[in-house]
Amino acid sequence: MSVDAIHQLSLTQLAAAVSAGEVSAVEATRATLERIAQRDPTTHAYLHVDREGALQQASQVDAARARGEALGALAGVPIGIKDNLCTRGLPTTCASKILEGYVPPYDAHVIERIRAEGGVVIGKLNMDEFAMGSSNENSAFGPVRNPWDATRTPGGSSGGAAAATAEGLAAATLGSDTGGSVRQPGSYCGVTAIKPTYGRVSRYGLIAFASSLDQVGPLARDMRDAARMLGVISGHDPRDATSVDRPVDDYESECGKDVRGMRVGVVKGMTDRGCDASVKDAFAAALSRLSSLGCELVDVDLPHRDHALSAYYIIAPAEASSNLARFDGMRYGLRVSSDDLQSTYARSRGAGFGPEVKRRIMLGTYVLSAGYYDAFYLKAQKVRTLIKRDFTQAFERCDVVLTPTAPSPAFKLGEKTGDPLSMYMQDIFTLPPSLAGIAAASVPCGLSPEGLPIGMQLCAPEFEEKRIVRLGHAFETAIGWNSHPAGY
Amino acid sequence: MAQPKITLDAVRHVSKLAALALAPDEQERMCRELDSILGFMAELDTLDVSKVEPTFHAVPMQAALRADVVVPSLPRAELLAAAPAQESGAFAVPKVLDGDK
Repeated sequence: MSVDAIHQLSLTQLAAAVSAGEVSAVEATRATLERIAQRDPTTHAYLHVDREGALQQASQVDAARARGEALGALAGVPIGIKDNLCTRGLPTTCASKILEGYVPPYDAHVIERIRAEGGVVIGKLNMDEFAMGSSNENSAFGPVRNPWDATRTPGGSSGGAAAATAEGLAAATLGSDTGGSVRQPGSYCGVTAIKPTYGRVSRYGLIAFASSLDQVGPLARDMRDAARMLGVISGHDPRDATSVDRPVDDYESECGKDVRGMRVGVVKGMTDRGCDASVKDAFAAALSRLSSLGCELVDVDLPHRDHALSAYYIIAPAEASSNLARFDGMRYGLRVSSDDLQSTYARSRGAGFGPEVKRRIMLGTYVLSAGYYDAFYLKAQKVRTLIKRDFTQAFERCDVVLTPTAPSPAFKLGEKTGDPLSMYMQDIFTLPPSLAGIAAASVPCGLSPEGLPIGMQLCAPEFEEKRIVRLGHAFETAIGWNSHPAGY
Repeated sequence: MAQPKITLDAVRHVSKLAALALAPDEQERMCRELDSILGFMAELDTLDVSKVEPTFHAVPMQAALRADVVVPSLPRAELLAAAPAQESGAFAVPKVLDGDK
């Protein structure tokens, strides 16, 4: 096998090649490091590349193979990690100045799982600061560029993860999704991204943003790869009290299964307002493709979906304002010393957090402050009930609910930075399933006239990720999706 | 919800609650932006939720209790290594209590 061709292999192909001895884990890792060195100066997907550590992990995989041991599901596969997941001995900054130089003394649960299956942690990926943003422009260390068009955003907040996956700077990556943060960048970069059901994947070692919404999810070059990653990271972990103790399905075995007779719910009027023509066209084409695969298209309604934006931008900032109280300059991170304790807190936080994080802390503190709790936070949690009920009713009529992932293809860097609300609007399709806690994914469904990827969102009831894998894989196979950015 | 107009005083009050120092220009910008975002959220007034129960947790689950057994903690030296200041095996922090009071 030519080492130059390693980025052409899917994750499952590469793991098979390593297990069969066609390529060594060290060769695969070196090839990926080389590609990062060539391409990442432009893309800026990585905040930290662990050259030495990655090669060491890879040589352990090769040694295990030489001893005749069975190798794991991710044997020798280079995996990139969003920088809000704690990695022992490797910087973890959340792309924030307040955590610059922080090195955690432990691995997140999902990192333990990746390592246990022979995956090679190759580095830490750029993101919007504390996962707050939809364009990666909120990184304190400079934005990521979209591999399909360097003048455009890769989406956010897992923009580094999506860009690295699209450009072959890792075989697959791990991101996190609170309101769309793996799905929307997945859509913008033409990769497959899964947000698992809330509770499916342990949040232990994921630096918290909004605890009732955060989930870790994989981004991969196709659904089979994503399914394998999901299988590796899923499962009960007592260190996260919201981790659910139920068996993990064999997601990968859904790939290749028949989708005839699957009922696909199409939400009434979903693309009527605020949706780019290219997205409408790609979505319509995807529906007729699914129909030709034998799926049954059914109309469903999500009558309260228009209220998801308000509800989310109350709930998520409220939870964030509480979670981010821990960054006070005492135990880790930046400290700006002042006269007394209170002003040391305030000045450390004022100097360490960027504008969007400050905005959300202020918004969240405001809606939780005396006199406003009932009007904002409690009301938003009631709207969440209505949105969850909408999905429950929709799933009585269909197996999977389908929407576009984002209202437009990737927009230009700088295009929306002056207007927080227009940035928040990028999340209108991804927010309802997040609030409902259900499983959702973005799958590439075509290219816009200017050659930018467009994704569609597949939503399934809680713990029914296998439906998403089955339908997504069948769809990707049918359209022959293997598109890469020019010059891949 | 009666939509309050966000004032500079409100921004200063909330920034104190949040222990977040904001420069004067940041305060003014925050005032405009919070006003616009909260103004948008007034659209929730069109919904009657008086008979709806809140969903604080999207997926129903029981509170989990761990087994009450001693397990090793992370090594003290490794945890302290990340601290801005340490002294005698502890986090060194500014004085919390005023000695005379």
